[in-house]
Amino acid sequence: MAAPKDLRFTKTHEWVRLDGDIATVGLTDFAQNELGDITYLELPEVGTPLTHDEPFGVVESVKAASDIYAPLDGEVIERNNAAVDAPEVVNSSPYGDAWLIKVRVGDPAQVDSLMDPSTYDEFAEAAGH
Amino acid sequence: MVPEADAPTDKTVQSLKKTPLYDRHVALGARIVPFAGYAMPVQYSGILNEHRAVRTAAGLFDLGHMGQVDVSGPDAPDYLQFVTTNDVSTLEPGQAHYSLLPNESGGVIDDIIIYRRPSGDGYMVVINAVNHVKDVDWLLRQRERRSDLDVTVDDISDQTGMIAIQGPKAVDIVQSLTDAKLREMPYFTWQHAEVAGVPALMARTGYTGEDGFEFYTEIDMVGELWDALLAAGDAEGTVPVGLGARDTLRLEARMPLYGNELGEDISPLEAGLGWAVKLDKGDFIGRDRIAALKEQGPPRRTIGFELVERAGSPRPHYDVQVDGRAVGYVTSGAMSPTLGKNIGLALVDRDVAGVGKPLEIVIRGRPVGAVQVKIPFYKRNY
Repeated sequence: MAAPKDLRFTKTHEWVRLDGDIATVGLTDFAQNELGDITYLELPEVGTPLTHDEPFGVVESVKAASDIYAPLDGEVIERNNAAVDAPEVVNSSPYGDAWLIKVRVGDPAQVDSLMDPSTYDEFAEAAGH
Repeated sequence: MVPEADAPTDKTVQSLKKTPLYDRHVALGARIVPFAGYAMPVQYSGILNEHRAVRTAAGLFDLGHMGQVDVSGPDAPDYLQFVTTNDVSTLEPGQAHYSLLPNESGGVIDDIIIYRRPSGDGYMVVINAVNHVKDVDWLLRQRERRSDLDVTVDDISDQTGMIAIQGPKAVDIVQSLTDAKLREMPYFTWQHAEVAGVPALMARTGYTGEDGFEFYTEIDMVGELWDALLAAGDAEGTVPVGLGARDTLRLEARMPLYGNELGEDISPLEAGLGWAVKLDKGDFIGRDRIAALKEQGPPRRTIGFELVERAGSPRPHYDVQVDGRAVGYVTSGAMSPTLGKNIGLALVDRDVAGVGKPLEIVIRGRPVGAVQVKIPFYKRNY
């Protein structure tokens, strides 16, 4: 699946959709495919401060547990409890129903340091081999 | 998330050994990982899907990474009595049993299956891929040491193809491809048979908790047999199964994995495998140490547990506590696809062991509630 055009991406396979100073964050299709069947999500409470490149959550598949990294600095204002209750949605809808958290970001310009969709597609393609 | 470091690059795949089925795995869409020096499929359609297929229909496994050692000669039984823990004298022609290669200190070099050849002459020992070189070195050294015995020990892995079909539909699928009378074939036996025209040694053994077969063929014939089994099982929902589901299947059935439940510094008594150690059969390597441990009572026990809190899955090497006191570690753990619970095996101090007793599994620094349960976690009901 090609990366959606309205998103930005991290090297650790998170995606960000920025709307004003609110960022929605999720895991990419590449990430869910690498992880395989996802069995568990651990996400921060509302109000948790985030620092970019630092882990903010955990995703587990049958095979392994992995950290999820914050793409931007900010504060959690909403988390997707439906995804916590049914984490397999990350496999079925990584860019849709399986958004993980919404963040009020400190500096929206930080998003410019993230990869655009075509750069990320190339990056993921290389990481997959 | 950061992709696992074990994802092989094109370059690392080239340096790995491949089974004769490698190209088929790639064509079937498998994710390939390095395992014990081999490029092996860890999953095809997904671990959960493959796991469920084996529990409800059948799954096909490439076991080409596993090793086979031929042990023959007039003193082969005496040699095997000396280097293994189970009692080889009980094996009739065509019978097999689970056994262990013990070390001098009473730990375990590997866990193995010994098949007595259907003719009665000689044996085949099946060893784990991760221990292949170590086992063969050890077996050859013991042959030198026991120069009083007339025995030949021969690594036949490079000539031998090995695959398995496992699941409730396995017998029907294989029966559609052979004249051999499978219904009459007892568990833990093997026989010569033509399956889909391929000459094979067909064993009613496996590592999933289901009924099924493991096949040993000439290495060049194994692809033909794989194709025939996959085609014959297609209507029944047979799928190829990778190492990922192989691990969750064997865990539910409480079958040990070397490197997890078993190791050089874990006694078979601690691993719960005392039934495969026959102390009264005569002398064997490590016998006195195992007997002494039995006398005093092994300090640790392997127990089964399930998490009672939602906090992710237990994984190997996670610490185990009781009331904050360290009592052992997790040897294997996973979200059980069949039970829908997080389950695991742990090696713990004997004073805390007991079905129904509580434990805490330390997951990412947090003690998570668990309760000890009866093992196996899963037992087939047919």
